[in-house]
Formats: sequence, C-alpha cells, structure tokens
Amino acid sequence: MIKTMFAAAIAAGVSLAAVSAQAQTYPERSITIVVPFAAGGPTDTVTRLVAEPMSAALGQQVIVQNVAGAGGTLAAGQVAAAEPDGYTILMHHIGMSTAPSLYSALPYDPVEDFEHIGLVTEVPMTIIGRKDLEPTTLAELVEYVKTNGETVTYANAGIGAASHLCGLLFMSATETTPTEVPYQGTGPAMTDLIGGQVDFLCDQTTNTTGQIQGGEVKAYAVTSADRLPTLPDLETTAEGGLDMEVTVWHGLYAPAGTPDEIVQKLSEALQTALADQGVIDKFADLGTTPVAQEDATPEAHLETLTSQIELWKPIIEAAGVQPQ
Amino acid sequence: MDLLANLALGFETALTPANIFYCFIGVLLGTLVGVLPGIGPTGAIAILLPITFTFEPVTAIIMLAGIYYGAQYGGSTTAILINLPGESSSAVTAIDGYQMARQGRAGPALATAALGSFFAGTVATMLVAVAAPPLARLALQFGSAEYFALIVLGLVASVALAHGSIIKALAMIVLGLLLGMVGQDIYTGTPRFTFGFFELYSGINFVSVAVGVFGLAEILRNLENETTRSVLVKKVERLWLSKDDFRRIAMPVLRGTGLGSILGILPGGGHVLASFASYSIEKKSSKHPEQFGKGAIEGVAGPESANNAAAQTSFIPLLTLGIPAHPVMALIIGAFIIQGIQPGPNVITSEPALFWGVIASMWVGNILLVILNLPLIGLWVKMLTIPYRVLFPAIIAFACIGTFSINLNAFDIYAIAVLGIIGYVLVKLDCEPAPLLLGFVLGPLLEEHLRRAMIISRGDPMTFLERPISAGLLALAALAIIVSILPSIRRKRDEVFVEED
Repeated sequence: MIKTMFAAAIAAGVSLAAVSAQAQTYPERSITIVVPFAAGGPTDTVTRLVAEPMSAALGQQVIVQNVAGAGGTLAAGQVAAAEPDGYTILMHHIGMSTAPSLYSALPYDPVEDFEHIGLVTEVPMTIIGRKDLEPTTLAELVEYVKTNGETVTYANAGIGAASHLCGLLFMSATETTPTEVPYQGTGPAMTDLIGGQVDFLCDQTTNTTGQIQGGEVKAYAVTSADRLPTLPDLETTAEGGLDMEVTVWHGLYAPAGTPDEIVQKLSEALQTALADQGVIDKFADLGTTPVAQEDATPEAHLETLTSQIELWKPIIEAAGVQPQ
Repeated sequence: MDLLANLALGFETALTPANIFYCFIGVLLGTLVGVLPGIGPTGAIAILLPITFTFEPVTAIIMLAGIYYGAQYGGSTTAILINLPGESSSAVTAIDGYQMARQGRAGPALATAALGSFFAGTVATMLVAVAAPPLARLALQFGSAEYFALIVLGLVASVALAHGSIIKALAMIVLGLLLGMVGQDIYTGTPRFTFGFFELYSGINFVSVAVGVFGLAEILRNLENETTRSVLVKKVERLWLSKDDFRRIAMPVLRGTGLGSILGILPGGGHVLASFASYSIEKKSSKHPEQFGKGAIEGVAGPESANNAAAQTSFIPLLTLGIPAHPVMALIIGAFIIQGIQPGPNVITSEPALFWGVIASMWVGNILLVILNLPLIGLWVKMLTIPYRVLFPAIIAFACIGTFSINLNAFDIYAIAVLGIIGYVLVKLDCEPAPLLLGFVLGPLLEEHLRRAMIISRGDPMTFLERPISAGLLALAALAIIVSILPSIRRKRDEVFVEED
C-alpha cells in the first residue's frame, strides 16, 4: 500500500517536473497564432503587427495562420481542442463574447475552454453614411432613421461581424428598425455604401478611416469614449447625444490546461510587443492604440470577456437574431 | 502633360534595380504557383505577406502584384497541358487548350496564351494609367440589381461554352448552381445540403470541384485509352505560331482584351465572368463554331487575353477607392495597411510614387513574364512526353497537396475523389464540365445579389426593370435566349442529316 502511494507520489512528482520543465524551456519551436478570419482583414492585420515583436520577445518564430469560417467559431473550436502546450494560440475579437448568444450549438465555452492571455487593442467604430445622405449630424441621422423607418437601409458585414453588432446596438439605443442589408464582409458593404446603394453602416476605424479622410463617405460619430487623433473633428456618440459605446476588443487565447508559466510567458511577450514603438505607430495609422499594460494580462482579459458576454446576451435576444 | 509626368515618375520608381528584382521574384513565384494546381495566388500571397514587412511599401506591393498576375499566366499552363485549371479563370482555357495539346499543338497553345496575355496586360495597364479614377466611379453604379442582371446574362450566354446539346448544357449549369448552394445560407446562416458534415458549412471548395471534375475525370477517361495518348504526344511538331495562327488569334485577342478590361473593373465577381464571357463571344462570332471544344485556337486566345486584362484592371477599384475586387486584392489591402498606408481614394495624391510605380511595374512585370515563359514552352511541352504512369500519380499528389494547403482541410481531398467520379460519369454521358463550373462559381453570387437587391427594394421585383443598367442587361439576356432558340430549330434539322452519315 505504502509502496503504491510512494510510486504514485513519484509519478506525480515526475509528471509535475515534466510539466514545469516543459514550461521552463518553452518556447522550443515556432508558435502558431490562429486568426479566425481571412488574411488581409482587420483582425489579421492586428495579429500580424503584434506577431513580429512577440516573436522577438519569445526568441522563436510566430506564425500567423488563417482559419476562416462559421463567423470565427471554426478557428476558436480548433484551438479549444488543440494541445495545451502554448504552441497553438488564438487571436479573436469581440465575437468571442457574442458567439454564445448567436450559436446554440457552440462546440466550446469561451470562458471555460481557454486560458486568457491578455487583451491586445480596442478598435473604435465609426457610424458613416453615403455621401449624399441628408442628415449631417448624428442627432439628425437618428431623427432621419426614426422618421423614415424601414426605408432606410443599414449595411453590415454578415451575422456576428463587428458591423452587425454595432448595428444591433444602434437600433437598441435609438429604438429604430432600419432594413438590415447583410454583405459577405466589410469590403463589398463599403463598396455599396460609396456607390450609394445603401444608406449607412457602422464599422471599425481600420476599415473606414481612409474613406472618411478621402471624403467618399459622410462620418457621423465615433463609438469610443474619446475622439480619435486621426479624425479629430468627428464627435463621439456621447457628444452626439446617443448612449452607445462599443469598441472591437481583441484578445489572445490558449487552450484550457496550458501551464500557468507558459500563459505568463505569452502574456509578458504580448506586453513587450504592445510597448514596441513600431506597433504603437502602426496601430495609430489604423486609428487605434494598444491596450494599457495592465489590460494585457489574463485577469483583465477574463474580466472583459465575462462582462461582455453578459452585455451582449440581452441585446442579441432583443434583436430577435435566431441562435443557430 | 500630367499623364506623361506621372508615368515618368512611375517608371522611375519601377525601374530601380531593387524593384525590378522583386518584380521578377514576384512573377517567377506567381508562375510557379500558377503551374502547381491547387496552390493559388491567395495562398501564396498570404504566406509571403510577412516577408514583405521589411520592404519599402512600393517594393512590397510590386512583388505581391507580380505574384498575382504571374499566377494568371502560370495557371493556363496546367490547364492547357493536363486539363487542370488552378483557378476559375483558366477553366475556360482548358476547354480548347487541352484539346490543342492532345493534337500535338501544345506549343502554339502556350504561345497564344503568353502573347495574348502580354498584349492584354499592356493595354490594360495603359487603361489603368489613363482612366482609373473615372472608371472606378462607373463601376460604383453597379449595385446588387445590376450584378444580378449581369450574372443572368453570363449564365445565359454560357450555353455557348458547351459544344453538344443545349439541354445538357443547361442541365450542367443548373447542377453547378445546385452545388453552389451547398453550405450556410449567406444571410441567415442556416446550413443547406450539408448532410451533417461540418466541413460543408462553408460550401464545397472551388479547387476541389475544378480538380475533381476537370482533372481527375480527365485522368480517369485517359486511363481507358492509354495507348492512343502516347501516339498523340509524339506528334508535337512546332512550338511557335504559324502565320495562319496569328491571323486567327488577332481579333479574339483584341475582343478579349476589351471585354476583360471592362469586366475586371467591377468589384466582386467581374473578373470571374471575363474569360467565360470572352469564350462565349468567340464561339458566337466564329465562322466555325463547331471547332470550339475541339482545339480552336480562338478559344484559347480570347479567354486568356480577357483573363489577364481583367487581372490588371481589377487593380483599379483597389488603387483608386481602396476596395478589393476579390480575395487577392483584400490581401494586398492588408499589405497596404501593414505598410502604414491607408488604402482609399487618397493614395493617388498622398503616395503618387507608389500609385504610379505599381502601375508601371505591371508593364515591366508583363515583359518579364514573356521573357520568362516563352523559353519555357519547350520545357513544358516535354512534360507531355512523361509516361502517364509517372505523370498521373504526380498530378494527383500535387493537386491534393495544393488543395489541402488552402484550408488545411482533409475533407477537401475526399471531395476531389467524389467529384472526380461524378465528373467521369458526366464525361461518359457527354455532359461538359465547363458550364457546371460556371454555375458553381456564379450560383452563390447570383443568390447573394438577387436576395440583396430584393432586401433593398423591400420585396419589389420591379427594381430589376426600373434601374436602367439592370434592365438593359436583362434585355440582352432575353435577346440571347431568343437568338439561341432560333438556330436550334435549324440545328435540329441539321442533326437529322448528321445522324444519317
């Protein structure tokens, strides 16, 4: 009996030692960050920008792999099921917190099935309209949508996309029901907005800043708490009298069961990357900033995720979006 | 003159040793990627994107653009030699190009593709330089109603793609449309025809369909008569075009270039239509439509020019409006952003060296492609003398690797096997795969635009007739149906005589 316990203790000790040895020598080979959207999109760009300095901090190559599909849930499901060794991690955005309300048969739990490495950035969104849309201010736009109801068209980049969520929030905040026109991604939606086929949309500054600066679209408001340095004349939703604030936050995830030491190492590498001047500059070009160092931590990330899941649940339910 | 000054600035940028070097690397990689079935430019550019981070922005864009149009060249090589189109645009080239290769005319087919592409590339590049901003404006007039009408016209016209019975061609288009329906409903996300396979949620992979229905089916069919094939190969005579060939390709190249230039500008789907549309036009306007599908050189010249012209002009919406016309352009937008350049209408004024440099480099790249490809024709043609027992397993293995590398999804490879068998059965039934592929490619677009146009008009189908461009395109489609019905009555009578001899 004692012998068995002894053996078990040794076995446990050995496996613990193995784990911590693994954690100490981590990373020994290249690390893959899975991006749940197509290459070239805003999330992909953010990932590639932080991957480079993270690779320098970790002393190993960091590879970006795009696994697009099923509104980003395909990639998240894959990473949740991956080996929890820190070599396969996930970059995901606000969609991580809305997926539980949008998909009834989600093959993973965003809170339980992941270790949370840290937040990366919060990209503000802008409400923009076609160039010749009548209203010139946010207040006028709200009034216009109220008066014209369903004849006003609102474009989004598909179910679960940031532009879809922003639209839901807009409708719930203004109690209006414009006609929703879904597109396959932001690109075609923007094309039709510039071409005057649809009336307005709300999307990340990563996608809209160039069009706003070029005068191709009419900008109404930015959805962050403060004005943007890149668009200093654009008022915030709060200034425009609208009670809605939304940013597309991005975070890094590892599969549940990844040793704490490894999560910590990844978190530190993320913090180093976010302090890199090159990253700060390029983020600024995108109209965003890296999160504060204390937010690029597992604790802050988990807190944001859980509070966002609670925030979106009633909004998505109220909008009557059918869970799939 | 502004244009000259701008072009001078462009060439100054494009002709620096570094930029020529990376332009060459780009078109070389693109050609290789195009030759390997399955590995498309999207994958290649995604893989190479990180390498370009350290380059100057203009160098990075020049190289990535080179990969893209280089792949358009390379893709036609496999389509002609082994009937394996890597991309939807080269599927049409396979129809007659492969027949030419079987007749020992692989050399002229490849030369036609290269020359047609070069001419189209040159003209389209000029067009980008001269008319980019106004053309981009014009393309914006196209809303969902117009796209729907354009696709209807494309599908109706594509009956010309087949050289057999019209009924069978229509059946193939419909089968293609149905295959295109597989996957999640684009607006509600409801899974359709997925039979419980999660992998089918995002639809059947295009490359699986192309490799299966074209490539694998062809290989299966060839296995039936291995002996005849080796006889055919020994007949490879000349590598270059005869005077008669030059005469025959002149007009198709011109028409293809014009058509491709226009369709390429349309954001979303336009470039897919270009080569299909060109083939239809060539067949309709030919004095010998019966030669099409049996190795007509016009059927290679037109679509190849159209496809390359469209590849060039699809940069117009990207460079002038910051709008990607297809996934490759979306990647290049990503490259812009990473380089700290906000894509959009400001690029011309804020980064003139970049804008004009990229345009000038396209022309440089096209010259490099001709220099690169013409001497290689002899080498490619030699590939045909490789015995089938060596060539077939190699083709299938490469195609599977290429397909797998797109989504890292083993399911796509099983799909090749299933679609290959379907394709073989269809070949046996004298049904042609080209209209099927067109239906498959355009089906999802047709549905998307139809439904979106209806959402915007809030359920009023009159929107298609009230909008002038849409109404005009639909009228053309109706006309095409009438025209194709009339001769079919005549053809039925002809068939009676054919049966007799």
